[in-house]
Amino acid sequence: MTRELADITHLEPAWDLKAVRRDFPLLELQQDGRPLAYLDNAATTQKPRQVIDAISDYYRRDNANVHRAIYRLGARATEAYESARRTVASFIGAETDKGIIFTRGATEAINLVAYSWGRHNLKPGDEIVVTLMEHHSNLIPWQLLARDTGSTLRHIPLTPDFTLDLEAARKIIGQQTKLVALVHKSNVFGVENPVAEITNMARDAGALMLLDAAQSVPHMPVNVQQLDCDFLAFSGHKMLGPTGVGVLYGRPDLLDSMQPFQGGGEMIDRVTMESATWNDIPWKFEAGTPNIAQAVGLGAAMDYLTAVGMNNIHDYLGQLAGYTRERLQEMDFITLYGPPESSSGIVTFNVDGIHPHDLAQFLDQEAIAVRAGHHCAQPLMDCLGVAATTRASMYIYNTTAEIDRLIEALRKAHSFFN
Amino acid sequence: MNDLRDLYQQLILDHNQNPRNFGTLETATHSAKGHNPLCGDHLDLYIEIEDDAIKDVRFVGTGCAISKSSASIMTTVIKGKTIAEAKELFEKFQHMATTGEIDSDALGKLAALADVHKFPARVKCAMLAWRTLTAGLEPGSETTTTE
Ligand SMILES: Cc1ncc(COP(=O)(O)O)c(C=O)c1O
Repeated sequence: MTRELADITHLEPAWDLKAVRRDFPLLELQQDGRPLAYLDNAATTQKPRQVIDAISDYYRRDNANVHRAIYRLGARATEAYESARRTVASFIGAETDKGIIFTRGATEAINLVAYSWGRHNLKPGDEIVVTLMEHHSNLIPWQLLARDTGSTLRHIPLTPDFTLDLEAARKIIGQQTKLVALVHKSNVFGVENPVAEITNMARDAGALMLLDAAQSVPHMPVNVQQLDCDFLAFSGHKMLGPTGVGVLYGRPDLLDSMQPFQGGGEMIDRVTMESATWNDIPWKFEAGTPNIAQAVGLGAAMDYLTAVGMNNIHDYLGQLAGYTRERLQEMDFITLYGPPESSSGIVTFNVDGIHPHDLAQFLDQEAIAVRAGHHCAQPLMDCLGVAATTRASMYIYNTTAEIDRLIEALRKAHSFFN
Repeated sequence: MNDLRDLYQQLILDHNQNPRNFGTLETATHSAKGHNPLCGDHLDLYIEIEDDAIKDVRFVGTGCAISKSSASIMTTVIKGKTIAEAKELFEKFQHMATTGEIDSDALGKLAALADVHKFPARVKCAMLAWRTLTAGLEPGSETTTTE
């Protein structure tokens, strides 16, 4: 297989890379006569035929509203939706699918916890702990919660080599801490945070543990029981699934004790004009008609990833990021950001004398898509001492040939602007 | 295919590398902060007004080649202009940046930025300095954003 792949990669993915690439219609797209090298996968990934087909097949054959219909079509729609929930549960190792709530994405999942748990459990003097490397979606909901409940938001700083400062964390996490909300894998550095250490600190303090797994679930095997977290949030669209669907995993006993998020249909048990009782979990947290087709699409995406193998994906993305960092280091006009150890699938850098926006504009002309900006992590950018950076992020269809094109284009950009 | 050389003309690359009127201004009577939330770029503008005219103007900040060169070229053009003239230039520049139509008599070397209209994501970069300028010319001005 390696010989057959020689024209696109010198790495040895455990899957047939050419066959996988053929599954993604968008990768056939030409831009100015060249295939697009799509290196913005941490923002959103492309979708394989299998996912696109699952969504259109659902609309062609199974579409009805869920949970309410007596007729057989409605039962099929409900089964498709609930079967996607079981797929999610087994994908992340949840003990039961009762702990799987479909949301609009990671952002809504985190806001759900801030609202349904936070607003009813926090009071002045209580503390929420995050880190300096959070995506805004795991920062702003806690800022709002602290403001509304009079509780305090604190954060774990970074060491000089940009890893979490565990010494400081030990001092910050204490009896006042009610929740630790931690990004599992940084969307800027691509490095996995030491979840076990932080979780131990949270447990000793009697605090709950929430993981923002928006970048980890797509990139590595994730098992909520092994991680021993109370909540875990991620988005479908960063792992081959459609936009508009994400997941909040919650420990079932905890979810049972929480207040509803939004009110409406589906989430109720018995309703009078004055009051209502709530449906069982997870439906208690899914008011209104859910994103049924999107959930079905996410189930298909997880089937696809399971067939490729999450361990294989983790290995390959580690090698691809390692190769990218190595090639970037050949050029003395490039600054790499993040901890020195190799990241998985995400590489963040700057080119001397070129603002990331100008660089991304230049690379677009070369049919290479990268992200330039603050990556929704402004406090982290402040800590790096830059307003913006350039990020190349890879997924299961990317090749070393695409990375070589990036390197070539960076050399051209450097001479164009300097 | 839009040629990058149209967007990044030599004049723009030159002002990007050697921005004119870069620095703070002790004698400033007006100042304003501009900021682009999309990219985190920011710009501080210092203006000295005397008898309704812009006697001196300087800027500091970080930004892409488009926003920095736009700020730099703007300072060279508006120095000596009356407030009314500067506001009229703002209108003409904005029209050019969004449509590509150039009133070359009025705009002069500002015309180097005309091709940003082909790159809609970059229009904000070219406008940042100008928006900050109009905000700075209003009494009681504060931070302005491109949004
Ligand atoms: C680490 C991290 N958390 C949260 C999010 C938010 O995801 P979404 O916008 O899909 O809700 C992202 C996506 O950019 C992310 O990278």
